[in-house]
Amino acid sequence: MFKNRKIWLSGPYMFWIIAFTVLPIFMILYYALTNENGGFTLENLAAIADPIHVKALLLSLKLSIICTAVCLLLSYPLAMILKGLKLKRQSSVVFIFVLPMWMNFMLRILAWQMLLSNNGIINAVLGFFGIPAQHMLNTEAAVVFGMVYDFLPFMILPIYNSIVKIHDEVIDAAKDLGAGSITIFFRIILPLTMPGIVSGFIMVFIPALTTFVISDLLGGGKVLLIGNVIEQSFMQGSYWNLGSGLSIVLMAFVLLGMALTNHDNHTGGAAVW
Amino acid sequence: MVKKGLSRIYLGLIFLFLYMPLAVLIVLSFNNSKSRVKWGGFTFQWYTKLVSDPIIMDAFYTTIIVVLVSSVAATLIGTLAAIGIQAMRRSGRSIMLGATNIPLLNADIVTGISLMLLFVRFTELGLSTVLIAHITFDIPYVILNVLPKLNNGASAHTYEAARDLGATPMYAFFKIVWPDIKPGVFSGFLMAVTMSLDDFAITYFTKGPGVNTLSTMIYTELRKGILPEMYALSTILFLLALLLLLIMNYRSARETKVR
Repeated sequence: MFKNRKIWLSGPYMFWIIAFTVLPIFMILYYALTNENGGFTLENLAAIADPIHVKALLLSLKLSIICTAVCLLLSYPLAMILKGLKLKRQSSVVFIFVLPMWMNFMLRILAWQMLLSNNGIINAVLGFFGIPAQHMLNTEAAVVFGMVYDFLPFMILPIYNSIVKIHDEVIDAAKDLGAGSITIFFRIILPLTMPGIVSGFIMVFIPALTTFVISDLLGGGKVLLIGNVIEQSFMQGSYWNLGSGLSIVLMAFVLLGMALTNHDNHTGGAAVW
Repeated sequence: MVKKGLSRIYLGLIFLFLYMPLAVLIVLSFNNSKSRVKWGGFTFQWYTKLVSDPIIMDAFYTTIIVVLVSSVAATLIGTLAAIGIQAMRRSGRSIMLGATNIPLLNADIVTGISLMLLFVRFTELGLSTVLIAHITFDIPYVILNVLPKLNNGASAHTYEAARDLGATPMYAFFKIVWPDIKPGVFSGFLMAVTMSLDDFAITYFTKGPGVNTLSTMIYTELRKGILPEMYALSTILFLLALLLLLIMNYRSARETKVR
């Protein structure tokens, strides 16, 4: 009896969703599918086939896949070690590793820009050992470094959360039944942490794929990602239709990435092992 | 033993990777020299310059306004929405939750651009458009924090019982539902605060000329070259983030103890 009236409490939010979530998506679709005079066209979507755009998209995919892989390889052992620490204040230790996530990410980029610059501290240390100064800023490697630094905690947290949920009894039982540590890892720990890996993947891969700030500041305009192409088409020129078209393509890649991981999660995760 | 040693070293290396850049920033913020490698003595001059720089202070005030207004508004709208969603039938609920996920899963750049395209059609870009954009991406965090608390508690039936016994909706809400969802509302609010504080891309596309939050201001400054004032700003913001997290940690520790 009181339920129906309660539903009205979400009224303001329904309005908000329609006005500021659904309508904007229609706007970007509208711009993507029209030309400057308002006529229907598929040109803006097809523009992704332009060699410059293909190159930017492939580079984005390459760097974000490297970044995600590095984050996964760094986080997984870390999460296992953190689980193994039988400390009184375990949550504080975990806290230390996710704290940088809460710091303004522009400042984290600033930190790397400073470290990697030609007269920065890394080159000073190298110089101390007699190694000639390296040119590190404005390279693809610098961009990947920045991405990993920015997004690593987003991988650590979900993997750690899924790994601590595994009861020690399960692992003990497997040991009692004669499983070696490799079998235990591949048949128990890995499948049980799959949800954590998937959410870590989504939380790292999508921002890495779509970033334009990291490549802008650490790549110095020399590393052109698809995010930069889109940003420039809005902010430096006014090719709004083109930018919207490319955004839609980018959105499709994001959805594809999520669909692939979901698919893996349903079939691969359970069936393979 | 060797294994233990190796894992300690590994923890140490990751710790260094995460904190060395921040430590260098903090040390340099007290460095009385513009060089990034030479120590020119201890100074507070970058902090005083920071406080007297009108552009930085302006961005600072704008950030506070944007963060507070948007997270309070989002907490209000989101909490009401969560209560409403909870009362919905299955199909309605899944539609609402699906829509709630859109801003979470969509790339920031796409969210920012799509909002900008909407705004420029109807109004000028300015502070209010930034506020609307922030509220839009803050609400989902509030809902996702409040909804589980509503599902957990037995409040639905107790609430109806209280109403049957003559309690006004307001009275029943504050006596029965509110104690259940309070921690969720609070953590949703804190998450909205951190998301707003951290956002760059969406603000960048929806802000009008002359409106700058700290993120967008730092971006502009970084493109010009690094100013030592930025190190001082980083130090202050790092301490703020630490403080905020300590409060959250303290709260959650207390919560688990009570249970």
